[in-house]
Amino acid sequence: MDAAKSFQSPESLFVVHSESARMATETVKVLGCWPSPYVIRARIALNIKSVEYEYQEEDLLGGNKSDLLLKSNPVYKKVPVLLHADRPICESLVIVQYVDEVWASGPAILPSDPYDRAIARFWAIYMDDKWYPRVKEGFFSEGEASKIAFEEADKGLLLLEEAFTKCSKGQKFFGGERIGYLDIALGSHLAWIRVIEKASNVSLIDEAKTPNLYKWAHDFSADVAVKDVLPSTDKLYEFAKLLISVMKGSTPEK
Amino acid sequence: MSKDELFLLDFGLSPFCIRVRIALAEKGLQYKGQEEDLFGGKSELLQKSNPIYEKVPVLLHNGKPILESTNIVYYIDETFASPPLLPACSYGRSRARFWADFIDKKVFDGGAAIWRSKGDELELAKNEFIDILKKLEGALGDKDYLGGEKFGFLDIVLIGSSSWFPTYERIGGFKIEDECPKIGAWIKRCKGRESVAKTLPEPHKVCELVGMLRKMHGIE
Repeated sequence: MDAAKSFQSPESLFVVHSESARMATETVKVLGCWPSPYVIRARIALNIKSVEYEYQEEDLLGGNKSDLLLKSNPVYKKVPVLLHADRPICESLVIVQYVDEVWASGPAILPSDPYDRAIARFWAIYMDDKWYPRVKEGFFSEGEASKIAFEEADKGLLLLEEAFTKCSKGQKFFGGERIGYLDIALGSHLAWIRVIEKASNVSLIDEAKTPNLYKWAHDFSADVAVKDVLPSTDKLYEFAKLLISVMKGSTPEK
Repeated sequence: MSKDELFLLDFGLSPFCIRVRIALAEKGLQYKGQEEDLFGGKSELLQKSNPIYEKVPVLLHNGKPILESTNIVYYIDETFASPPLLPACSYGRSRARFWADFIDKKVFDGGAAIWRSKGDELELAKNEFIDILKKLEGALGDKDYLGGEKFGFLDIVLIGSSSWFPTYERIGGFKIEDECPKIGAWIKRCKGRESVAKTLPEPHKVCELVGMLRKMHGIE
Protein backbone atom coordinates (compact mmCIF):
# COMPACT_ATOMS: atom_id res chain seq x y z
CA MET A 1 0.00 0.00 0.00
CA ASP A 2 1.38 3.38 -0.95
CA ALA A 3 2.47 5.58 1.88
CA ALA A 4 0.67 8.34 -0.03
CA LYS A 5 -2.81 6.87 0.44
CA SER A 6 -3.05 7.14 4.19
CA PHE A 7 -2.62 10.90 4.32
CA GLN A 8 -3.56 12.35 0.95
CA SER A 9 -6.95 14.00 0.58
CA PRO A 10 -9.10 12.43 -2.14
CA GLU A 11 -8.81 15.41 -4.46
CA SER A 12 -5.02 15.32 -4.44
CA LEU A 13 -4.75 11.53 -4.61
CA PHE A 14 -5.38 11.40 -8.34
CA VAL A 15 -2.83 14.17 -8.96
CA VAL A 16 -0.13 12.41 -6.93
CA HIS A 17 -0.55 8.96 -8.45
CA SER A 18 -0.79 9.97 -12.10
CA GLU A 19 2.07 12.40 -11.59
CA SER A 20 4.15 9.70 -9.88
CA ALA A 21 3.64 7.22 -12.70
CA ARG A 22 4.89 9.79 -15.21
CA MET A 23 7.73 11.14 -13.08
CA ALA A 24 9.06 7.68 -12.20
CA THR A 25 10.32 7.29 -15.80
CA GLU A 26 12.26 10.58 -15.95
CA THR A 27 16.07 10.75 -15.71
CA VAL A 28 17.69 10.79 -12.29
CA LYS A 29 21.10 12.17 -11.34
CA VAL A 30 22.79 12.52 -7.96
CA LEU A 31 25.49 15.09 -7.24
CA GLY A 32 27.51 13.70 -4.37
CA CYS A 33 30.72 13.05 -2.55
CA TRP A 34 31.38 9.41 -1.55
CA PRO A 35 32.36 10.04 2.11
CA SER A 36 29.25 12.12 2.88
CA PRO A 37 26.64 10.38 5.05
CA TYR A 38 24.03 12.72 3.60
CA VAL A 39 24.82 11.62 0.05
CA ILE A 40 24.73 7.99 1.22
CA ARG A 41 21.16 8.58 2.42
CA ALA A 42 19.99 9.66 -1.02
CA ARG A 43 21.69 6.70 -2.71
CA ILE A 44 20.27 4.14 -0.27
CA ALA A 45 16.76 5.51 -0.87
CA LEU A 46 17.18 5.21 -4.64
CA ASN A 47 18.59 1.69 -4.24
CA ILE A 48 15.62 0.61 -2.11
CA LYS A 49 13.36 1.68 -4.96
CA SER A 50 15.66 0.10 -7.59
CA VAL A 51 15.94 3.43 -9.39
CA GLU A 52 18.68 3.71 -12.00
CA TYR A 53 20.56 6.96 -11.71
CA GLU A 54 23.66 8.73 -12.91
CA TYR A 55 26.12 9.64 -10.17
CA GLN A 56 28.44 12.65 -10.38
CA GLU A 57 31.27 12.87 -7.85
CA GLU A 58 31.96 16.45 -6.74
CA ASP A 59 35.53 17.47 -5.90
CA LEU A 60 34.73 19.09 -2.56
CA LEU A 61 38.14 18.51 -0.98
CA GLY A 62 39.77 20.25 -3.93
CA GLY A 63 37.28 23.12 -3.63
CA ASN A 64 36.01 22.58 -7.17
CA LYS A 65 32.25 22.56 -6.96
CA SER A 66 30.68 22.02 -10.37
CA ASP A 67 28.60 24.73 -12.02
CA LEU A 68 25.70 22.30 -11.94
CA LEU A 69 25.97 21.98 -8.15
CA LEU A 70 26.18 25.73 -7.62
CA LYS A 71 23.21 26.29 -9.91
CA SER A 72 21.13 23.45 -8.43
CA ASN A 73 21.71 24.33 -4.77
CA PRO A 74 22.32 28.08 -4.67
CA VAL A 75 21.17 28.36 -1.02
CA TYR A 76 23.69 25.96 0.54
CA LYS A 77 25.95 24.91 -2.41
CA LYS A 78 26.15 21.45 -0.80
CA VAL A 79 25.70 17.80 -1.70
CA PRO A 80 23.60 15.76 -2.05
CA VAL A 81 21.47 17.17 -4.82
CA LEU A 82 19.00 14.93 -6.59
CA LEU A 83 18.18 16.06 -10.12
CA HIS A 84 14.97 14.52 -11.36
CA ALA A 85 14.03 15.48 -14.89
CA ASP A 86 16.59 18.28 -14.32
CA ARG A 87 14.66 19.64 -11.32
CA PRO A 88 16.80 19.86 -8.18
CA ILE A 89 15.83 18.49 -4.78
CA CYS A 90 18.18 19.37 -1.92
CA GLU A 91 18.70 18.31 1.72
CA SER A 92 19.16 14.59 2.34
CA LEU A 93 15.99 13.84 4.29
CA VAL A 94 13.90 15.93 1.88
CA ILE A 95 15.39 13.82 -0.93
CA VAL A 96 14.59 10.56 0.90
CA GLN A 97 10.96 11.62 1.37
CA TYR A 98 10.71 12.73 -2.26
CA VAL A 99 12.07 9.40 -3.50
CA ASP A 100 9.62 7.57 -1.24
CA GLU A 101 6.68 9.51 -2.71
CA VAL A 102 7.62 9.48 -6.38
CA TRP A 103 8.57 5.79 -6.56
CA ALA A 104 5.56 4.83 -4.47
CA SER A 105 5.29 1.38 -6.08
CA GLY A 106 8.63 0.32 -4.51
CA PRO A 107 9.08 -0.74 -0.85
CA ALA A 108 7.88 2.03 1.49
CA ILE A 109 10.60 3.99 3.27
CA LEU A 110 8.42 5.96 5.70
CA PRO A 111 5.70 4.20 7.69
CA SER A 112 2.15 4.68 6.47
CA ASP A 113 0.60 5.56 9.84
CA PRO A 114 0.80 9.34 10.53
CA TYR A 115 1.83 8.84 14.18
CA ASP A 116 4.62 6.41 13.25
CA ARG A 117 5.74 8.89 10.60
CA ALA A 118 5.86 11.66 13.20
CA ILE A 119 7.95 9.43 15.49
CA ALA A 120 10.32 8.60 12.62
CA ARG A 121 10.71 12.28 11.68
CA PHE A 122 11.31 13.22 15.33
CA TRP A 123 14.13 10.70 15.82
CA ALA A 124 15.77 11.67 12.52
CA ILE A 125 15.78 15.31 13.71
CA TYR A 126 17.25 14.17 17.04
CA MET A 127 20.01 12.19 15.29
CA ASP A 128 21.02 15.11 13.09
CA ASP A 129 20.53 18.06 15.45
CA LYS A 130 21.43 16.67 18.84
CA TRP A 131 23.21 13.32 18.68
CA TYR A 132 25.62 13.35 15.73
CA PRO A 133 27.02 16.82 16.57
CA ARG A 134 28.18 15.33 19.92
CA VAL A 135 29.99 12.54 18.07
CA LYS A 136 31.71 15.04 15.79
CA GLU A 137 32.63 17.24 18.73
CA GLY A 138 34.14 14.25 20.49
CA PHE A 139 36.28 13.57 17.43
CA PHE A 140 37.38 17.11 16.63
CA SER A 141 37.99 18.33 20.19
CA GLU A 142 40.55 17.16 22.74
CA GLY A 143 40.94 16.34 26.41
CA GLU A 144 38.01 17.04 28.71
CA ALA A 145 35.82 18.57 25.97
CA SER A 146 36.18 15.41 23.90
CA LYS A 147 35.48 13.17 26.88
CA ILE A 148 32.29 15.05 27.77
CA ALA A 149 31.08 15.06 24.15
CA PHE A 150 31.56 11.29 23.84
CA GLU A 151 29.77 10.74 27.18
CA GLU A 152 26.81 12.73 25.86
CA ALA A 153 26.92 10.71 22.64
CA ASP A 154 26.80 7.53 24.74
CA LYS A 155 23.70 8.75 26.57
CA GLY A 156 22.11 9.58 23.24
CA LEU A 157 22.79 6.09 21.98
CA LEU A 158 20.93 4.64 24.95
CA LEU A 159 17.91 6.72 23.87
CA LEU A 160 18.34 5.46 20.30
CA GLU A 161 18.60 1.87 21.57
CA GLU A 162 15.21 2.40 23.28
CA ALA A 163 13.78 4.01 20.14
CA PHE A 164 15.00 1.03 18.13
CA THR A 165 13.23 -1.41 20.45
CA LYS A 166 9.96 0.53 20.11
CA CYS A 167 10.13 1.13 16.36
CA SER A 168 11.45 -2.28 15.26
CA LYS A 169 8.88 -4.26 17.30
CA GLY A 170 11.23 -7.22 17.49
CA GLN A 171 12.30 -7.12 13.84
CA LYS A 172 15.70 -6.43 12.28
CA PHE A 173 15.39 -2.74 11.46
CA PHE A 174 13.85 0.51 12.73
CA GLY A 175 11.55 0.14 9.72
CA GLY A 176 10.60 -3.45 10.61
CA GLU A 177 11.55 -6.31 8.35
CA ARG A 178 13.03 -3.90 5.75
CA ILE A 179 15.17 -0.82 6.15
CA GLY A 180 13.24 2.42 6.42
CA TYR A 181 13.62 6.13 7.12
CA LEU A 182 15.30 5.88 10.51
CA ASP A 183 17.61 3.09 9.42
CA ILE A 184 18.76 5.37 6.59
CA ALA A 185 19.04 8.43 8.89
CA LEU A 186 21.27 6.67 11.44
CA GLY A 187 22.88 4.02 9.27
CA SER A 188 24.30 6.57 6.85
CA HIS A 189 26.59 7.69 9.70
CA LEU A 190 27.95 4.18 10.40
CA ALA A 191 31.11 4.46 8.32
CA TRP A 192 32.14 7.68 10.08
CA ILE A 193 31.14 6.25 13.47
CA ARG A 194 33.53 3.35 12.88
CA VAL A 195 36.34 5.69 11.79
CA ILE A 196 35.81 7.88 14.86
CA GLU A 197 35.76 4.81 17.13
CA LYS A 198 39.10 3.75 15.66
CA ALA A 199 40.74 7.19 15.65
CA SER A 200 39.51 8.27 19.10
CA ASN A 201 39.77 4.81 20.69
CA VAL A 202 36.15 4.82 21.87
CA SER A 203 33.34 2.33 21.51
CA LEU A 204 30.12 4.08 20.51
CA ILE A 205 27.83 1.37 19.14
CA ASP A 206 28.93 -1.13 21.74
CA GLU A 207 27.83 -4.75 22.02
CA ALA A 208 27.48 -4.56 25.79
CA LYS A 209 25.88 -1.11 26.10
CA THR A 210 23.63 -1.08 23.02
CA PRO A 211 23.29 -4.74 21.95
CA ASN A 212 20.33 -4.18 19.63
CA LEU A 213 21.98 -1.30 17.77
CA TYR A 214 25.19 -3.33 17.59
CA LYS A 215 23.40 -6.15 15.78
CA TRP A 216 21.38 -3.67 13.72
CA ALA A 217 24.60 -2.02 12.52
CA HIS A 218 25.82 -5.31 11.07
CA ASP A 219 22.47 -6.11 9.45
CA PHE A 220 22.16 -2.61 8.00
CA SER A 221 25.67 -2.56 6.55
CA ALA A 222 25.06 -5.92 4.83
CA ASP A 223 21.75 -4.89 3.26
CA VAL A 224 21.72 -5.00 -0.52
CA ALA A 225 20.62 -1.35 -0.76
CA VAL A 226 23.48 -0.25 1.51
CA LYS A 227 26.60 -2.35 1.02
CA ASP A 228 27.83 -0.76 -2.19
CA VAL A 229 27.40 2.85 -1.04
CA LEU A 230 28.58 2.66 2.60
CA PRO A 231 32.38 3.10 2.42
CA SER A 232 34.71 0.62 4.12
CA THR A 233 36.25 1.78 7.42
CA ASP A 234 39.78 1.55 5.98
CA LYS A 235 39.02 3.66 2.91
CA LEU A 236 37.20 6.30 4.95
CA TYR A 237 39.94 6.31 7.60
CA GLU A 238 42.51 7.25 4.94
CA PHE A 239 40.17 9.96 3.68
CA ALA A 240 39.67 11.26 7.24
CA LYS A 241 43.45 11.65 7.68
CA LEU A 242 43.61 13.58 4.42
CA LEU A 243 40.64 15.74 5.41
CA ILE A 244 42.20 16.63 8.77
CA SER A 245 45.50 17.51 7.11
CA VAL A 246 43.69 19.77 4.64
CA MET A 247 41.78 21.39 7.51
CA LYS A 248 45.03 21.95 9.43
CA GLY A 249 46.99 22.88 6.32
CA SER A 250 49.66 20.23 7.02
CA THR A 251 50.76 16.86 5.60
CA PRO A 252 49.14 13.77 7.16
CA GLU A 253 51.11 11.43 9.44
CA LYS A 254 51.19 7.74 8.44
CA MET B 1 -16.46 6.55 16.02
CA SER B 2 -13.68 7.63 18.34
CA LYS B 3 -13.50 11.28 19.28
CA ASP B 4 -10.22 13.05 18.55
CA GLU B 5 -8.88 14.69 21.68
CA LEU B 6 -6.30 17.33 20.96
CA PHE B 7 -4.34 19.01 23.74
CA LEU B 8 -1.62 21.58 23.08
CA LEU B 9 1.22 22.42 25.46
CA ASP B 10 1.75 26.00 24.46
CA PHE B 11 3.50 29.31 24.97
CA GLY B 12 1.56 32.19 23.43
CA LEU B 13 4.53 34.16 22.10
CA SER B 14 6.56 31.25 20.72
CA PRO B 15 6.70 31.33 16.90
CA PHE B 16 6.84 27.54 16.99
CA CYS B 17 3.62 27.28 18.99
CA ILE B 18 1.97 29.93 16.81
CA ARG B 19 2.57 27.69 13.78
CA VAL B 20 0.72 24.81 15.37
CA ARG B 21 -2.21 27.01 16.50
CA ILE B 22 -2.59 28.42 12.96
CA ALA B 23 -2.47 24.91 11.44
CA LEU B 24 -5.17 23.73 13.86
CA ALA B 25 -7.28 26.80 13.02
CA GLU B 26 -6.86 26.24 9.28
CA LYS B 27 -8.17 22.70 9.71
CA GLY B 28 -11.06 23.91 11.86
CA LEU B 29 -9.97 21.65 14.71
CA GLN B 30 -11.15 22.04 18.30
CA TYR B 31 -8.52 21.59 20.96
CA LYS B 32 -7.72 22.35 24.57
CA GLY B 33 -4.48 23.91 25.66
CA GLN B 34 -2.23 24.70 28.55
CA GLU B 35 0.08 27.70 28.67
CA GLU B 36 3.46 26.61 29.99
CA ASP B 37 5.42 28.82 32.36
CA LEU B 38 8.78 28.42 30.66
CA PHE B 39 10.56 30.73 33.12
CA GLY B 40 8.83 29.67 36.33
CA GLY B 41 8.61 25.89 36.07
CA LYS B 42 7.65 23.46 33.34
CA SER B 43 4.63 21.26 34.01
CA GLU B 44 4.96 17.57 34.77
CA LEU B 45 2.98 16.85 31.63
CA LEU B 46 5.53 18.72 29.51
CA GLN B 47 8.46 16.99 31.18
CA LYS B 48 6.80 13.60 30.68
CA SER B 49 5.68 14.24 27.09
CA ASN B 50 8.96 15.73 25.88
CA PRO B 51 11.67 14.36 28.19
CA ILE B 52 14.55 14.93 25.73
CA TYR B 53 13.99 18.62 25.00
CA GLU B 54 11.31 19.72 27.55
CA LYS B 55 10.16 22.25 24.96
CA VAL B 56 6.88 23.51 23.59
CA PRO B 57 4.91 23.01 21.47
CA VAL B 58 3.76 19.48 22.23
CA LEU B 59 0.53 18.26 20.66
CA LEU B 60 -1.15 15.40 22.44
CA HIS B 61 -3.54 13.49 20.18
CA ASN B 62 -5.63 11.10 22.25
CA GLY B 63 -2.83 11.23 24.81
CA LYS B 64 0.01 10.46 22.37
CA PRO B 65 2.62 13.22 22.11
CA ILE B 66 3.89 14.67 18.84
CA LEU B 67 6.98 16.85 19.15
CA GLU B 68 8.80 19.55 17.15
CA SER B 69 6.58 22.23 15.62
CA THR B 70 7.14 21.55 11.91
CA ASN B 71 6.74 17.84 12.59
CA ILE B 72 3.45 18.61 14.36
CA VAL B 73 2.19 20.61 11.37
CA TYR B 74 3.05 17.70 9.03
CA TYR B 75 1.22 15.36 11.40
CA ILE B 76 -1.87 17.59 11.51
CA ASP B 77 -1.90 17.78 7.71
CA GLU B 78 -1.55 14.00 7.32
CA THR B 79 -4.10 13.10 9.98
CA PHE B 80 -6.79 15.65 9.16
CA ALA B 81 -6.83 15.74 5.40
CA SER B 82 -8.99 18.74 4.60
CA PRO B 83 -8.09 21.35 3.55
CA PRO B 84 -4.61 20.14 2.47
CA LEU B 85 -1.76 22.37 3.65
CA LEU B 86 1.09 20.83 1.61
CA PRO B 87 1.05 21.00 -2.20
CA ALA B 88 -0.35 18.00 -4.05
CA CYS B 89 2.63 17.32 -6.31
CA SER B 90 5.77 15.63 -4.98
CA TYR B 91 8.13 18.28 -6.32
CA GLY B 92 6.08 21.05 -4.71
CA ARG B 93 6.16 19.11 -1.44
CA SER B 94 9.93 18.72 -1.64
CA ARG B 95 10.27 22.51 -2.16
CA ALA B 96 8.00 23.14 0.84
CA ARG B 97 10.03 20.76 3.03
CA PHE B 98 13.31 22.31 1.89
CA TRP B 99 12.21 25.84 2.73
CA ALA B 100 10.57 24.77 6.01
CA ASP B 101 13.91 23.24 7.00
CA PHE B 102 15.68 26.50 5.98
CA ILE B 103 13.24 28.58 8.05
CA ASP B 104 13.75 26.27 11.03
CA LYS B 105 17.53 26.46 10.78
CA LYS B 106 17.86 30.19 10.14
CA VAL B 107 15.01 32.52 11.09
CA PHE B 108 14.59 32.24 14.85
CA ASP B 109 18.32 31.93 15.58
CA GLY B 110 19.04 34.73 13.10
CA GLY B 111 16.63 36.95 14.96
CA ALA B 112 18.01 35.90 18.33
CA ALA B 113 21.47 36.96 17.16
CA ILE B 114 20.01 40.47 16.76
CA TRP B 115 18.50 40.83 20.23
CA ARG B 116 21.48 39.15 21.89
CA SER B 117 24.06 41.59 20.53
CA LYS B 118 25.10 45.21 20.30
CA GLY B 119 27.61 47.34 18.43
CA ASP B 120 29.49 45.67 15.57
CA GLU B 121 28.02 42.27 16.36
CA LEU B 122 24.53 43.74 16.08
CA GLU B 123 25.32 45.20 12.65
CA LEU B 124 26.59 41.82 11.48
CA ALA B 125 23.53 40.02 12.89
CA LYS B 126 21.19 42.52 11.23
CA ASN B 127 22.83 42.03 7.82
CA GLU B 128 22.73 38.26 8.14
CA PHE B 129 19.06 38.38 9.08
CA ILE B 130 18.22 40.57 6.09
CA ASP B 131 20.11 38.09 3.91
CA ILE B 132 17.98 35.23 5.30
CA LEU B 133 14.80 37.16 4.48
CA LYS B 134 16.11 37.96 0.99
CA LYS B 135 16.55 34.24 0.33
CA LEU B 136 12.95 33.69 1.43
CA GLU B 137 11.94 36.56 -0.83
CA GLY B 138 13.57 34.60 -3.66
CA ALA B 139 11.47 31.58 -2.73
CA LEU B 140 8.34 33.76 -2.73
CA GLY B 141 9.10 35.24 -6.14
CA ASP B 142 6.04 36.95 -7.59
CA LYS B 143 3.58 34.60 -5.90
CA ASP B 144 1.03 35.76 -3.35
CA TYR B 145 2.04 33.08 -0.88
CA LEU B 146 5.08 30.91 -0.22
CA GLY B 147 2.88 27.96 -1.10
CA GLY B 148 1.81 29.51 -4.42
CA GLU B 149 -1.65 30.92 -5.10
CA LYS B 150 -3.03 29.67 -1.81
CA PHE B 151 -1.98 30.15 1.81
CA GLY B 152 -0.51 26.86 2.96
CA PHE B 153 2.10 24.91 4.88
CA LEU B 154 5.13 27.09 4.21
CA ASP B 155 3.25 30.30 5.00
CA ILE B 156 2.16 28.74 8.30
CA VAL B 157 5.78 27.81 9.09
CA LEU B 158 7.10 31.35 8.61
CA ILE B 159 4.24 33.68 9.60
CA GLY B 160 4.57 32.89 13.34
CA SER B 161 8.02 34.50 13.38
CA SER B 162 6.62 37.72 11.91
CA SER B 163 5.32 38.78 15.33
CA TRP B 164 8.97 38.99 16.42
CA PHE B 165 10.08 41.03 13.39
CA PRO B 166 9.07 44.49 14.76
CA THR B 167 11.33 43.80 17.78
CA TYR B 168 14.25 42.85 15.53
CA GLU B 169 13.59 45.96 13.42
CA ARG B 170 13.62 48.22 16.47
CA ILE B 171 16.81 46.75 17.95
CA GLY B 172 18.61 46.42 14.59
CA GLY B 173 17.47 49.77 13.20
CA PHE B 174 15.99 48.58 9.91
CA LYS B 175 12.63 48.12 8.22
CA ILE B 176 11.70 44.87 6.50
CA GLU B 177 9.31 46.67 4.13
CA ASP B 178 12.33 48.67 2.87
CA GLU B 179 14.87 45.82 2.78
CA CYS B 180 12.55 43.02 1.62
CA PRO B 181 9.34 44.64 0.32
CA LYS B 182 7.86 41.40 -1.03
CA ILE B 183 8.16 39.78 2.41
CA GLY B 184 6.59 42.92 3.91
CA ALA B 185 3.67 42.60 1.49
CA TRP B 186 3.38 38.87 2.16
CA ILE B 187 3.14 39.50 5.93
CA LYS B 188 0.30 42.01 5.40
CA ARG B 189 -1.47 39.56 3.07
CA CYS B 190 -1.22 36.69 5.59
CA LYS B 191 -2.48 38.90 8.42
CA GLY B 192 -5.68 39.40 6.42
CA ARG B 193 -6.42 35.71 6.97
CA GLU B 194 -8.63 34.91 9.96
CA SER B 195 -6.52 32.02 11.32
CA VAL B 196 -3.45 34.27 11.32
CA ALA B 197 -5.12 37.45 12.60
CA LYS B 198 -6.67 35.61 15.55
CA THR B 199 -3.48 33.75 16.46
CA LEU B 200 -0.61 36.23 16.07
CA PRO B 201 0.21 37.96 19.36
CA GLU B 202 0.52 41.72 19.57
CA PRO B 203 4.09 42.74 18.74
CA HIS B 204 4.43 44.87 21.90
CA LYS B 205 4.11 41.70 24.00
CA VAL B 206 7.05 40.18 22.13
CA CYS B 207 8.96 43.43 22.68
CA GLU B 208 8.35 43.16 26.43
CA LEU B 209 9.50 39.53 26.49
CA VAL B 210 12.66 40.31 24.50
CA GLY B 211 13.34 43.28 26.79
CA MET B 212 13.21 40.89 29.73
CA LEU B 213 15.48 38.40 27.96
CA ARG B 214 18.02 41.13 27.13
CA LYS B 215 18.13 42.15 30.80
CA MET B 216 18.60 38.50 31.79
CA HIS B 217 21.50 38.22 29.34
CA GLY B 218 23.01 41.48 30.56
CA ILE B 219 22.62 43.24 27.23
CA GLU B 220 20.52 46.14 28.53
